[in-house]
Formats: sequence, structure tokens, C-alpha cells
Amino acid sequence: MSAVFASVADPRPSLSLAIRNVGHQFDLGGSKLPVLDSVSLDVQAGEFVALLGPSGCGKSTLLRLIAGLEAPTSGSIAADGVPIARPDPSRILVFQDPTLFPWATVRANVGTGLEARGVLNAQRGRVDEALALTGLTGFAKAYPHQLSGGMAQRAALARALVNDPALLLLDEPLGKLDSLTRLTLQEELVKLWRRRDFTALLVTHDVEEALLLAGRVVVFSDRPARIKAEFAVGKPYPRHRDDPEIVALRREILETLGLRT
Amino acid sequence: MSEAIQTFNQRQTASRPAWLGSVWQTAWKQGLVAALTWGAAALVTVALRDVVPWGSGPLFAKITAGAALLLLVLGFGVHRLGRVGEGFVHYGPWLIAIGVWLTLWELTTAKFGWLPKPFFSPPHGLLNVYVTDGPRLLICIGYTLRLWGLGFLSGVLVGYALGVALGWSKEFSYWGMPILKLIGPVPATAWIPCTFYFFPTTFDASIFIVALASGIPVAILTASGVASINKAYYDVGRVLGASDWYLIRKIAVPGSLPHVFVGLFMGLYYSFAVLVVAEMLGAKFGLGWYIQFQTAYSGYANVYATLLIMAILCSGIVRLLFVGRDRLLTWQKGFIS
Repeated sequence: MSAVFASVADPRPSLSLAIRNVGHQFDLGGSKLPVLDSVSLDVQAGEFVALLGPSGCGKSTLLRLIAGLEAPTSGSIAADGVPIARPDPSRILVFQDPTLFPWATVRANVGTGLEARGVLNAQRGRVDEALALTGLTGFAKAYPHQLSGGMAQRAALARALVNDPALLLLDEPLGKLDSLTRLTLQEELVKLWRRRDFTALLVTHDVEEALLLAGRVVVFSDRPARIKAEFAVGKPYPRHRDDPEIVALRREILETLGLRT
Repeated sequence: MSEAIQTFNQRQTASRPAWLGSVWQTAWKQGLVAALTWGAAALVTVALRDVVPWGSGPLFAKITAGAALLLLVLGFGVHRLGRVGEGFVHYGPWLIAIGVWLTLWELTTAKFGWLPKPFFSPPHGLLNVYVTDGPRLLICIGYTLRLWGLGFLSGVLVGYALGVALGWSKEFSYWGMPILKLIGPVPATAWIPCTFYFFPTTFDASIFIVALASGIPVAILTASGVASINKAYYDVGRVLGASDWYLIRKIAVPGSLPHVFVGLFMGLYYSFAVLVVAEMLGAKFGLGWYIQFQTAYSGYANVYATLLIMAILCSGIVRLLFVGRDRLLTWQKGFIS
């Protein structure tokens, strides 16, 4: 399978991130709602970092800022030393909902990025490769309403991967799936990341998910989100949830979040 | 008791050939009843005299008798026709009702004169209009379809473009939406005085009236359709490197289609409603013009005959629009099973 993507034009080298003192607030009709408070974080190229914190604390906002969908109220974010000003296909955000276009087939959805940049006809084969990589080859002609939740999220992943992102931003992409599908996709996500050369940033509120996938877990406080603690996860892949080291880290993180187990 | 029924059944089958029984078993009974009701319409038409002569009575009787014969044949052979046959079977009750309706219609108008000439017309009176004034009506249909086609198409095109702009751009919406909401409820025909000033010919003015009637609902519903698209789709597009133009073409346009079709249906009905008035403006032909002309001369049978044509035209176009919608909106969940 890895040979499939090796055949594609060189994948972009992964990307490093420098987040400096980023603050952000929402304008709610006159009143200001602060969501991020002086967040500073460095992500090395090729790293898999999990951003962990209570729901609605502002982690997703941080991803939107990194994707370039919004500009931070204060502070700066740079990708490979270049300040982020607008969205760029090298940094792809995968949303919590698959948000597939319901009027387009799976194939057309996956090809969106290539089509938007006018390279679909030249690189049509990459769509098939992305479909194969996510196990969706048989569903190319299906419409989104015909897919299960897991299938739809796979299609959303394929739509991101087809662009060969240097940075993959994952906003709780498995949050709404049933637990079995979730376990399968967690494994697949790690495999994808190890096979392809990209930096991954995963927002999640599931401690176990963070520990199974990421090399580093960054814990955020309640809104406005501030970085509370960081944990390195040295365990090699594939990891097991009942590994003593993972269990110990899990307890430690939950305590940081104010929960006793 | 059951024994008695059994022997009765045996006697029944014994008393006539077996094949006849099976033919009767498989016959489409509603079709046979429909043959009776249509036959009755034919019989009433020829057997009773018109109170006031209408013409084309014998022709109407021939047509209804032909239909009755056809239904009689279908009554025994409909199952060999496959899908067409299923269609007939589905509309069986309707066919019966139409036969009854035609019979009663004949009786109350031409035969007993309870609904008198010229205010009412029997079915063969309408047929007589098509027979005697057919060529002129065909020309009128052509003229009306030309006016309607030009007006509806231009109205829909402009309304759609306007709707996309209104739904997409905040500035455009700020200025455009209040104006549209103000103009929207004004009947399109109220603009007739201005159109006389602005348009070089009355035909252009008529096109404008029809275009206005069909364009405004399309504009309003397209705008609401574009504005109601999930904003997350635009985020997805932008993340994947899409330009604004791509977002409009590939997200705003397909995403608003379900609303657009509602607008198209509304525009279609409005445009047909103003057609008659639009053809007042110095037209020499056209169904609307024909209706007005005949009303002035108390040719109510001609008016009814023309209204029937308009109703059939309109529902035919609605049908076409439905086919188009089903093709374009297959992606909608539960739309087509």
C-alpha cells in the first residue's frame, strides 16, 4: 500500500509550526468572549501532537487559526517560519462532521481539492489512490447519504490526504463515531501517519485516544484555553490501551484535568 | 354450510366452460365498469336530442364509444401490456369517474338544458370548438408558448443570477433584499403603464411582465437557498484551496438547487397566471388574447376549451420540471428510493 503513494509526485515534506502567544476572542454582538489565552507551542516537522482538553475550551478554534480560516486576535502562528495568512492546501483541516458535499459523489468529494486548484484532470489517479488507501474504492460512485458514519469520515480523510498535506489538522474526527469504528479508524490513522510524511495535530477530549495516537499530549485548561501541561508518550506503535505505561500516563493526565480515577 | 357453498361452486363451474371462468377471474373489472360508463356517455349523446344544437355530437359519441370499446378490450387483455397496462389499472377508478362525469355533463347541459347555453357547454360543445376553430387555436398555442417561453426563460435566468448574488454577497443583499421584498408582492401586471414607456414594442412589454412574474420567486428562493447553505461547506472548500468563484459554482449553486426548484414551480404558476393579462397588450394571437376575444362575444364554450388547453399545457410543463428536478436532485436523501 505504501508503494501506491510512493508513486505519486513526492509528498510534501512535513511542516513545523511555531505558535507564539496566541490569544483569540469571539465578538458576540458587543461582548467579547475570550477563547484562547497566550498559547505558545512548537510542533516539530513530522510530529503527532494531541491537543487535549474539555469540550468547548477553544482547541478547535486553535485549529481554525492554524488552518488560516480565521486570524488570531493577538500573537502569531508561523508554518515553517512563514506567518499564516490564509488557508493553504498544504495545511488541511478535517472537521468533526465529515461535511461531505451531499450533492457530489464520494469520488467528486475526494477530488474537490485537486479540482479547486485546477489539477484534477492531470492527477486523476490520485483520487483513486486516496480512495484505495481509505478502503472506499467500491464506494466511489455513492452519494454521502448512502455512507455510514465511519465511511463518511473515511471519505473526509481521503479528501484531505489526496492533497498530500504537510500538516493534517484533525478536529475530533472520530468524536461522533461508534466505539468499534472509532477503534478501527484510530489504528488506521496511526498507520497513515507512519506511512506518509506529514505533521499531525489532533484535537480530542478522549485521553485514551490521545495516548494511543500521539507522540506528545498537550493538555489545555477550560475556556479561555491555556496550556496546562505537556506529556511525552515514548511508547512505540502499535500501542495497547492496557499497557502499564499508558495506564499510568492516563491517570496522570486525568488528574491534571481535575478528575480522579 | 361450507358444503353447500362447495356444491354450489361445483355446479357453477360445471354449468359453463372452464376457460370462461378463468377469463372472468383474470379480467380487469374496473376496466369493464369504465367501458360501461364511457358507453353510457356515448349512448346519451346520440340517443337524446340537444335542447339547443351544439354540433359535433356524433363525433363526440364516436370518440367515447371508441374509448368504451378500447376499455372493453383492455378489460380482458390489460395484463398483457406490462407497465402500460399497470398504468391503466392504477387509473381504473379515475376512468370510471370520468365516464360518469361525461354522462352527467352531457345530461345537465345539452340534453336537459339545466345548465343553459351560452354560459355552459356540453363536452361535445368544447369538441366542436376544436373542430371548427382548430387552426386558429394552434396558432394561438404557438404564440402563447413563444411569449411564455421567452418570458419565463429570461425571468428565470435573471432571477437566478440575482438570487445567487443576493445570497452570496452581504453588500448586494443589504441593498437588494429590501427592494426585492418591496417589489415582490406587487402584482406583475401593475407595471403595465411603465412597461409601455420603457419597451419599444408591446410584445417586449408582455415578455417583461411574464419574466417579472416568474423571476421574482426564483430570485427570492435562490437567495434564501444560497444563504441557508451550511457555512462549514465553505470552510471545507477554502481549506482545500478553493477560490470564491469555485465556492459559488461548486457549493452555492448545487447546494441551493432544492430551494431554486421551489422558486421555479412558483414562478411557473405565476407566469401562467399573468399570461392572459400580458396578452392583452396589443396581441393579435395567443390563448390569453383568444379568451378575452371570446369572452367579449359570449363564446364561453371557446373560453372553456381554451382554458382546458392552458391547463394541459401548464401541467405538462410542471411534469417536465418534475422530471428535471428528479434528475438533478438524486443526491437528496430519501428523494428517490
